[in-house]
Amino acid sequence: MKILVTVKQVPDTATKIQIRADGQGIHEEGIKWVINPYDEFAIEEALRIKEKHGGEVVVLALGPSRVEEAVRQSLAMGADRAVIVTTEGSVEPATAAHALAAICQQEGFDLIITGKQAVDDDSAQVGPMIAAGLGLPQVTVVIHLEVDEASKRLRAERELEGASEIVELPYPAVVTAQRGLNEPRYPTLPNIMKAKKKEVRRVTLESLSLPAQPWVTVNRLFEPPTRPEPTILSGD
Amino acid sequence: MANGVLVIFDQNAGDIRHVVLEMLTVARSLGKGPVTALTFGTDAAKTLPKLAEYGADRAVFWESYTQYSSDGFSAAIAQSFPQFDADVILFPANAWGKDLSARLSEVLGAGLATDCLHLEAEASGRVKAIRPVYAGKALAEVVINTPVQMFSLRPNINAAEVHHVNPEVLDIAPSVDPATFQAVVVERKEAQTGTIELTEADIIVSGGRGMKAPENFQLLDALAAALGAAVGSSRPVADEGWVPHSYHIGQTGKVVSPTVYFAIGISGAIQHLAGISGSKYIVAVNNDPEAPIFKVANYGIVGDLFEVVPRLTEEIKALKAQQ
Ligand SMILES: Cc1cc2nc3c(=O)[nH]c(=O)nc-3n(C[C@@H](O)[C@H](O)[C@H](O)COP(=O)(O)OP(=O)(O)OC[C@H]3O[C@@H](n4cnc5c(N)ncnc54)[C@H](O)[C@@H]3O)c2cc1C
Ligand SMILES: Cc1cc2nc3c(=O)[nH]c(=O)nc-3n(C[C@H](O)[C@H](O)[C@H](O)COP(=O)(O)OP(=O)(O)OC[C@H]3O[C@@H](n4cnc5c(N)ncnc54)[C@H](O)[C@@H]3O)c2cc1C
Repeated sequence: MKILVTVKQVPDTATKIQIRADGQGIHEEGIKWVINPYDEFAIEEALRIKEKHGGEVVVLALGPSRVEEAVRQSLAMGADRAVIVTTEGSVEPATAAHALAAICQQEGFDLIITGKQAVDDDSAQVGPMIAAGLGLPQVTVVIHLEVDEASKRLRAERELEGASEIVELPYPAVVTAQRGLNEPRYPTLPNIMKAKKKEVRRVTLESLSLPAQPWVTVNRLFEPPTRPEPTILSGD
Repeated sequence: MANGVLVIFDQNAGDIRHVVLEMLTVARSLGKGPVTALTFGTDAAKTLPKLAEYGADRAVFWESYTQYSSDGFSAAIAQSFPQFDADVILFPANAWGKDLSARLSEVLGAGLATDCLHLEAEASGRVKAIRPVYAGKALAEVVINTPVQMFSLRPNINAAEVHHVNPEVLDIAPSVDPATFQAVVVERKEAQTGTIELTEADIIVSGGRGMKAPENFQLLDALAAALGAAVGSSRPVADEGWVPHSYHIGQTGKVVSPTVYFAIGISGAIQHLAGISGSKYIVAVNNDPEAPIFKVANYGIVGDLFEVVPRLTEEIKALKAQQ
C-alpha cells in the first residue's frame, strides 16, 4: 500500500497567541512549532498499515521553510520520504487542498490520511476537499480503521456527538484521523539519525499554477472578549 | 439571481438538534431571500412542525436517501442546487455537518467558513462571519469570495427564535442513485442514552485530576443530576480511563458553550481553557488559590472539592425543592 499523509506544522497548543497590531496575523517570535496533533495520529496509522501490509509512507507538507522540522520529525517516526510544497504566505483551505491534491496526483497512492483538523485554523476542510477534488470517497473523524486488501475496502468507525457510526468504502480514499485512533510512537534515536538522510522533494506553490483567487479571505484577527473580574469565595 | 438561504442538517427519527433551530433563526436574520430547509432519511418529513415553528419558508425531504454518504449526498445536493434558489448555505458545525460541508465546498467550488459564531449580512448581500481560530485564542472576521457562500454554525451560540410560518414542501428529486454511493454508513452506535450531549448542554459539571480517583466522579454525577447538567472532564482524566473519552473537553477534545460551566479540581491549563471560553459563566472549585482557572472564572470557590461539591449538591436540591 502506498499511503500519503499530510502534515501541517502548527504552533504548540500551549502557545499564547499574540495578534499583530494590523490584525493580519500573529507574532511568530518565540512560537514553538509542532506537528499538528491530529496529524500524528495520521502518521501512526499509516505506519501501522505499512507494517501490516507492506508498502510506502510519504509525508506531504505545505508551508514556509520552517515546516522541514515537522517533516523530519515525521520521517523520524518512520515515514519513508517527503514532499514539501514551499510558500511563504498563508494559504486558505481551498489553496492548501488543491496544492496537496496536485501532489497526491503526481505521486499516486492507495490511501491518503490527514488530521481531522489543524489546531491553528481549525477549518476541518482540507481532507474532504482533497477527496472531492480527486473524486475519491472519504471518511472523517476516524477512531478505528480496518483495511481489507483483498476487496480493496475500508471499514472505519467515526466519532459523532454522543454516538459513533461505522462507514464502509472502497479505496483509494481519504481518511481523517481523530484522537483515539491510535497512540503515536516516539521517534527513536537511530530513527532520528536516519531521518536526516531521507529524501525530501521540494516543489514551489507557484509551479503548481493554481488559480490565484482565494475562496475565503480573513479580513482581520482580533482578541476574544475578556472575561469579567472573578468573584472569589473562600473560607465558609 | 438566487438570493435565498439553504439550511442543510441531519435528523434522527424526526428529531432535530437545537442547533438547527439556531440556524433557521440566523438564516432569517440575514434578511435575504427564502429560507429553505433540506434534510435526509427515514422520518425526514417528521421535522416539518419544528421547521414551521422556526421559520423555514420551504422544506425539502429526501427520505429515500436512508443511509448517509458524504459523496452521495454532496453529489445529490450539487445536482439539485440551482433549484434551491440560494447563494448562502448553512450547516451545523457538528461531525455530520463538517464532513458534508467541506466536501460540498469543493464540489460546488464555493468557499466555506467552519464553526462560525456569528453571521451578518452586508448591504451587498454578502455575509461576514466571525469564527474562532487557534482554539478560540483569537477570532477571525472572514468573508467568502465565491458566488455561493458556505458557513457552518457552532451549536449553542446563537438564539433560536420562534417564528411561525407555513412551509411549502418542495418536490425536488435528484436522480443520484443510492446504489452509486461509495462511502456508506452501515451501522450507528449510540452512546449511553439519557446523557446530555456536551456540545449542546446548558450546564456542564466537569472534573479534573483533583477528583483523585474514578469513583469520586459519583460526586459530580450527583451534582449534575441535581442541576440537570452534563458531565465532562479535563483530558488527563479521560486519558487515565476514569471517564469515557467522549467527556474530554478542550483544544483536542470537545469545545463547549454552556450557560454555566463548573470546573472542579481542574487547574485551567491553556488547552483546557480553549474548549470552554464560550461558556457564559465559569464556576471554579479548587483548593489552590493560585490555580489559573480562577483567572477566567466568574465565580471561584477556594476550598476542598470533597467538602464543597456535596454541599453544593445539597443546596441545589434544597433550592429546587422550594420551587
Ligand atoms: C492570520 C491568518 C491569516 C490568514 N489569511 C488567510 C487569507 O487571507 N485567506 C484565506 O483564505 N485563509 C487565510 N488563513 C487560513 C489558512 O492559513 C489555513 O491555514 C488554511 O486554510 C488551512 O486550513 P486549516 O489549517 O484549518 O486546515 P484543516 O482543514 O483544519 O486541516 C485538516 C488537515 O489537512 C492537512 N493540512 C492542512 N493544511 C496543511 C498544510 N499546509 N500542509 C500539510 N497538510 C495540511 C493536515 O493533515 C490537517 O490535519 C489565514 C489564517 C490566519 C491565522
Ligand atoms: C497537545 C496537547 C493538547 C492538550 N489538550 C488538552 C485538552 O483538550 N483538554 C485538557 O483538559 N487538557 C489538554 N491538555 C493537557 C493540559 O496541558 C493539562 O495537563 C490538563 O488540562 C490538566 O488537567 P487537570 O486540570 O485535570 O489536572 P491538573 O493540572 O493536575 O490540576 C488538578 C487541579 O485540581 C486541584 N485540586 C487537587 N485536589 C483538590 C481538592 N481536593 N479540591 C479542590 N481542588 C483540588 C489542584 O489544585 C489542581 O489545580 C493538552 C496537552 C497537550 C500537550
